[in-house]
Amino acid sequence: MNDQTNPKPHLRLELISDPTYLCGARELVASVSRRLGFEDMDCSKIALAVDEALCNIIRHGYDRAMDKPIWISVWPIPGDAHSAGGIRILIEDEASQVDPLKMKSRDLDDVRPGGLGVHIIREVMDEAVYEQRAPKGMCLTMVKHAPRPDAPPSLKQSCSKQARSCSPTVPDRTGGRVR
Amino acid sequence: MPESDAIVEVHSPRTGVMVITPRSDVDLSRSPELRNAIRGAQDRNPERLIVDLVDVGYMDSSGLATLVEAMRTAKNTGAPLILAGMHTKVRAIFEIARLDQFFTIVDSVDDALAV
Repeated sequence: MNDQTNPKPHLRLELISDPTYLCGARELVASVSRRLGFEDMDCSKIALAVDEALCNIIRHGYDRAMDKPIWISVWPIPGDAHSAGGIRILIEDEASQVDPLKMKSRDLDDVRPGGLGVHIIREVMDEAVYEQRAPKGMCLTMVKHAPRPDAPPSLKQSCSKQARSCSPTVPDRTGGRVR
Repeated sequence: MPESDAIVEVHSPRTGVMVITPRSDVDLSRSPELRNAIRGAQDRNPERLIVDLVDVGYMDSSGLATLVEAMRTAKNTGAPLILAGMHTKVRAIFEIARLDQFFTIVDSVDDALAV
């Protein structure tokens, strides 16, 4: 994929895989979501989805190592006559690669600790796509569309001039796409 | 870097009852402390264990896992585990994970004492 066609994220955060900083990532995502027009509960849920994705990277991808990089990129999805807009979030890491087809929710009827992260992400977000990242690591692209209010989202015309399809900045991805 | 103050309080309002009160959000960085506090309390074989979530504005799946583990221990010992003071946003997380029916959830510690 040609990088020249991929718009830069409006916001890009790099953090290390230390759980101490999860709160900062949550606050940032919730705040931006609020500005993009999401209601308070949805902002919390979007922050939760991001948190769960980060936790999965920390625990499973990096095996709890606390000094590895994680990137969070955010684009607004502008609203138009047919859509209220929304938010696109890309989370990237350099952890061990896995088959995206294996990123599945587990059976919730089996109540036990753990294993809820992927389920929560898919329940909260409208889209969640795992892909292998080149040259190493994984990326997760999540999208949530804002409910259509009477007025469009508060983030504006300057955003609507960006490319409509906000694609991740990572080139040459391989692997499957799982929804 | 200074250590943070204890973020989980444990007290006994009456004989046989222990109340655990996390004083912060419960995420991957904080859930180990909650787990340790709950385990310590359950090791003392209370007749009833209450987790007061009044100060918890956010909880992720690591917090849920901690409470599920605690509930399983409680069911094995026969000593009820009750969650109290849950905020709406935290309740929503339980509902997403379909755990809202797995726990006994009440509005306050007083309600938990009366159960």
